[in-house]
Amino acid sequence: MIWAPLAPEIALLSAACLLLIIDTLSRDEKRRLTYWLGLAALILSAVLVLAFSPLEPVVLLHGHYVSDPMSAVLKEAICVITIAVFFYAYDYFEEHGLLQGEFFVLSLFAVLGMMVMVSAHSLLTVYLGLELLSLSLYALVAMHRDSPTASEAAIKYFVLGALASGMLLYGMSMLYGVTGTLELPAVSAVIAQEAGRNLILVFGLVFVIVGIAFKLGAVPFHMWVPDVYEGSPTAVTLFISSAPKIAAFAMAIRLLVDGMAPLVSDWQGMLIILSLLSMAAGNVIAISQTNIKRMLAYSTIAHVGFLLLGILSGTRTGYAGSMFYVLVYALMSIGAFGMVILLGRHRFEADRLDDFQGLSRRSPWFAFIMLILMFSMAGAPPLIGFWAKWFVIKEVIAAGYVWLAVLAVTFSVIGAYYYLRIVKLMYFDEPTHLTALKASQEMRFILSLNGLAVLLLGFMPGLLMAVCVQAMRM
Amino acid sequence: MNPAEHMESVYLGVVLAPLAGSIVAGLFGRVIGRAGAHWVTILAVGISTVLSLIAWKHIVWDGNDPYNGTVYTWLAAGDLNLQVGFLIDRLSVTMMVTVSFVSWMIHIYTIGYMHDDPGYQRFFSYISLFTFAMLMLVMANNFVQLFFGWEGVGLLSYLLIGFWFKRESAIFASLKAFLVNRVGDFGFVIGIAAVLMYFHSLDYDTVFGLAPTMADVKIQVLAGTDWSLMSFICICLFIGAMGKSAQFPLHVWLPDSMEGPTPISALIHAATMVTAGIFMVARMSPLFELSDTALSMILVIGAITAFFMGLIGLVQNDIKRVVAYSTLSQLGYMAVALGASAYAAAIFHLVTHAFFKALLFLAAGSVIIALHHEQDMRKMGGLYRYMPITWATALVGSLALIGFPGTAGFYSKDAIIEAVHTSHLWGSGFAYAAVLSCVVITALYTFRLFFLTFHGKERMDRHTWEHLQESPAVVTVPLTVLAIPSLIAGMFLVGPMLFEGYFREAIYVAPAHDVLGEMGAHYHGVFGFTLHAFQSAPVVYLAFAGVALAWLMYIKYPQVPGQVAERFSLLYRILLNKYGMDDFNQAVFAGGTRRIGQAFWQLGDVRVIDGVLVDGTAAAVRWFSGVVRTVQSGYLYDYAFAMIIGLLLMLALFVHQLF
Repeated sequence: MIWAPLAPEIALLSAACLLLIIDTLSRDEKRRLTYWLGLAALILSAVLVLAFSPLEPVVLLHGHYVSDPMSAVLKEAICVITIAVFFYAYDYFEEHGLLQGEFFVLSLFAVLGMMVMVSAHSLLTVYLGLELLSLSLYALVAMHRDSPTASEAAIKYFVLGALASGMLLYGMSMLYGVTGTLELPAVSAVIAQEAGRNLILVFGLVFVIVGIAFKLGAVPFHMWVPDVYEGSPTAVTLFISSAPKIAAFAMAIRLLVDGMAPLVSDWQGMLIILSLLSMAAGNVIAISQTNIKRMLAYSTIAHVGFLLLGILSGTRTGYAGSMFYVLVYALMSIGAFGMVILLGRHRFEADRLDDFQGLSRRSPWFAFIMLILMFSMAGAPPLIGFWAKWFVIKEVIAAGYVWLAVLAVTFSVIGAYYYLRIVKLMYFDEPTHLTALKASQEMRFILSLNGLAVLLLGFMPGLLMAVCVQAMRM
Repeated sequence: MNPAEHMESVYLGVVLAPLAGSIVAGLFGRVIGRAGAHWVTILAVGISTVLSLIAWKHIVWDGNDPYNGTVYTWLAAGDLNLQVGFLIDRLSVTMMVTVSFVSWMIHIYTIGYMHDDPGYQRFFSYISLFTFAMLMLVMANNFVQLFFGWEGVGLLSYLLIGFWFKRESAIFASLKAFLVNRVGDFGFVIGIAAVLMYFHSLDYDTVFGLAPTMADVKIQVLAGTDWSLMSFICICLFIGAMGKSAQFPLHVWLPDSMEGPTPISALIHAATMVTAGIFMVARMSPLFELSDTALSMILVIGAITAFFMGLIGLVQNDIKRVVAYSTLSQLGYMAVALGASAYAAAIFHLVTHAFFKALLFLAAGSVIIALHHEQDMRKMGGLYRYMPITWATALVGSLALIGFPGTAGFYSKDAIIEAVHTSHLWGSGFAYAAVLSCVVITALYTFRLFFLTFHGKERMDRHTWEHLQESPAVVTVPLTVLAIPSLIAGMFLVGPMLFEGYFREAIYVAPAHDVLGEMGAHYHGVFGFTLHAFQSAPVVYLAFAGVALAWLMYIKYPQVPGQVAERFSLLYRILLNKYGMDDFNQAVFAGGTRRIGQAFWQLGDVRVIDGVLVDGTAAAVRWFSGVVRTVQSGYLYDYAFAMIIGLLLMLALFVHQLF
C-alpha cells in the first residue's frame, strides 16, 4: 500500500477533526472524553509510526514527503513526549480551573504539524508543517484569555514568529530562484553543480538559518523565549519547550543537511556563532533569574547552543549526537516543568525559585526527582544529560574545533551554578510552608517515571545512542 | 542454559546478594525493623557464601577453566573501558570463599555484639555493603573495577571506624585511616595510570599478556634518569598495597581503627580489607615477577613491618590493640612472602590468618562484652573459669597465631619462613632474620594477652565480677565455627596450595624466583613437613621459648615485666610511643599540611579566588545582566530590532566572507 507510511499523519488528522466535533457536543465540565480520546489518538499514531517504520527511505506525494528511519524515531519521540505532556497538562488545567477542550485539539494539530516537518522532503512541506505547528502554538499561548501576560506573550510570539516565517520564506524563494526546484535533494544536487560561490545562495542560506534559529530559540533570535515561557500557562510552556524543539531539530537537518549539504562550510560558520552566543547568553543570564520558568527558558537557550554543536560538526555521527541531545533535552524539560506544575495549586503558579525552598522536607521523593533532573541538565555523570553533552562535545573535537569544545565545557560549568542553586534551595533552605503536594496519582506516577528514566538511561546511554546512529545512517 | 551462562549468574549472585541485602537494610531499615535487618543481610551473605562455594567447586574441584568475561560496559573512551567483568580463577575463588564465609560469621556474631546499639540497621547495611565491595575487588578482571572495590572498602572502612560518630576518638581514627589510605591510593592511581599509558588497556588479560614485552622498557620519570617501567609500575601499585594492607610506614591508621566496633576490627581490619593489598600483589604476579627491585622492596618493607610492629604489641595494654599490632606483624609476614615470590604462601597465610585472627578478635570481643566494654587487660584475669568456650577458642586462635605445630598458622608461617630462607633476592637475608626473630615476639605477646586475660589473678572490679558469664550463642557459635578451620585447615591445604600447583595459571612465578618449587622438591606430605620443622628449623623451638617466657613473666613472676620496663626504660618508652611515628606525622604532615593550607587559604582563597574570581565574576555577571535587561525590555520592537540586527550581521559576515 503506497499510502501506508502516511498512516500516522492521516490517523492524527482524522482524530483531531473528530475531536473538534466531539468536544463541541460534549457537556462534561471536566472534558474527560476529549482528554482520553486525545491520548488515544496519540497512542494510536505512536503505534502506527512503529508499525510502519521503514528501513529504507520511502518518498511519497511527488517528492514532497519522505518516511525514513530518522523520521520514524523523531515522530515516535514526539508522540511519547506529547503523551506525557497531556498527563501533566490535564492535572494543571484541572487544578487551575482552566479546562478547555481546545488544548487537546490544538495540541494534536501541533503534533501533526511537527510530523509534517519531520517528514518534509521539499521546501514547501517544511513551511507547511512549520506554519501548522506555529499557528497552533500561538493559539495555545493565548488560551488563558483573561490573563494579560498570556495575551501579551501570544502577541509577541505571533508577531515575531510571523517575522521569522517571512524571512524563512524569503530565503526559500531565493533557493528556488537559483535551483528551480522545491525538492530538497534536488536543491542539494543543483547547488553541488554550481561552479564557484553563488551569492544569492548564501543570501538565501542566511535567511533560512534565521528561520531555524528562531524556531530553536538561538541567540540573537531568542527574545521571544523567556517572555513566552513566562507568560504562557505552565502546561503550554511545558509543551512548547519539549516536542517542538525535536521538530525544529528535524527542520534543521532537513534544510541544511538534506537540502544544502554542499554549503556546509558556510552554515558551519553561522551555526558556530549561534551556538557560542546561545551557550554564553543562556547560561549567564539564567543566573540572574528569580522566576523558574524564565530560568528554564534561558536554560533552553543554552541547551540549544549545545544542540547546534553536533549539527555544525557536519558528520553523520555529529547529527546523531545532536539527535540524542534533543531527545534527552525534551525528556528533561518536561520533567522540570512537570515539577513546576506539581508544586502549583489553584490560583498559585509555583514559578518563583523560592517556591522550591525546603522541598526535601515537604516531599523527599519529588525533591529527589528534581535533583536528578537538575543534575542531569547541568551535565553531571552518570545521568543522561552528561552523555548528551559528552557525545556532542566529542563530535566537535573530532571535527577539529577544540577551542569550541573548551568554551562549551566552560559555559556548562557556569550553567551548573543555577541548576545546583535549585538543589540547594530544596535541600538546605527552610520551607516557607509545609502544605502537602496536591497532584493526581497519574501525575505522580508519570513524573516519577520521567525522573527515573533520566537516571536509568544514564546507565545505558548506548541503547539510545545506537538508535540515533541507526536513524542517521544515511 | 549452558553451563557457562549458568556459572555467570552464580558469579553475579555472589556480588549482587550482599548489595541487595545492604540496600534493603539501609533504605528500609525502619520498615523491616532490627530483626528484619539482620535476617535479610545474613540471608544475603549466606547466599553469597553458598554461591562462592559452588564457584569454588566448579573451578577447583571439577577443574573447569577459569572464567573471564564482561557482564556490563558503561563507557568506552579511547583506551579507557569502564566495565564490570569477572575473572574467576583459582585465586579469586579462594578469596571469594574466605571473604564471604568470614563475613557471614561476623554478621551472625554482630547480632550479639551490637544488640543494644541504636544504629543496628545501619551497621548491618554497612557490613553487607562492605562484603559487596570486597567481592567486587577480588572478582575484578580489570584495574578499574579493582579500584572501585578498593575505594569501596576504603569508604566503608571509614564509615565503620567512625560508626560511633559521637566519640571524638572514633572520628579522629576514621579520618586518620581515610587520609593515610589516600597517600597509598595516590601511588596506586599513578600505577594504574602508568599501566593505561603504556599498555593501552586496563584489562588484566591484555596487560599480563603484554607484560613480558615491556620488561626492558625504560622510562624517564625525571628528565635524565632511566627507570625500569615495570619497577615503576610495581612500586606504585605496592604503595597502594602499603596503605590498604598497613605496611610500614603507612601502618599508622590500623591500631587507631580499633575505635570501631569489634566485629569491624575482625571483619575489616583483620580478615578481609587489610588483605586486599596482599591479594592485589598476588593477582599482579605477572607484573611483579618482572621487577626484582620491586620484589626486594616488598621483602624489606614486609620484614620491617613484621618485626617492629610485633615489638610494639609487647607493651600494649588494650586487648584489641595487641591483636591489632599482631595483625600488622602478620601482614608483614604476608608481604615478605610476596617479596620472596612465594605468592601461594602469602595467600595461604592470608586464608589461615583470616580464620584465626577473626577468631581472636571475636574472642576478644566476647571478653569485652562480658566485662561491660572494658578493654584494658590489666583489669582482666582468671576468666577461664567463667567463659570456658571463649577460653578454649581463644587458646586455639593463639596457638594458630604463634604457629604451634599442627595448627593452621604453623603451616602457613613455616612455609613463609622457609621460602624467605630459600630466596636469593637482595634483602632476603635481613628478611629471614626479621621473620625468624619475630616468632619469639609473636609467641610472647600472644600468650601475654592470653595469660593476662584468662589466667592469673582476677583484677576486675567487684560489680563486673558479679556479672561475669559466658557470651550468648550468637557469639560462641561463630567462635566455634571459626576455631575449626583455625585448627585443621592448614593440614589439608598446605600440600595442594603450596606444592601441588593449586593456583595453576592464576599465579605466575618466574623460574628464577620459584622458591616454592625448590621447597616442593623436598616435600613429602604433611607429616614430613611437620616433622621437618622439629628436626632442622629453629622455628618451633623459638615459639615454645616465647610461650615459656610469657608464662614466666605473667604467671610465675608477675613482678618481672615492671622491672624490665624500668631497667630498659628508654626502649620501653620508644615502644610505647610507637617509635614516635604518630607524633611525627601529627607534627610534620598534619601540622605542616594545615599550615600550608592556611597559607593557601589566606593568599589563594580569600584574595585571589574570593576577591578577584568570585566577587569579580559576580560583579561581571551583574553588569552583563544589567546590559541584557535593557535589551530584553519587553517591547516588541526591541525584539524585532535585535532579530534584524542579527540577520544583517550574519549577512555582512558571510556574504563578504569575513568569518
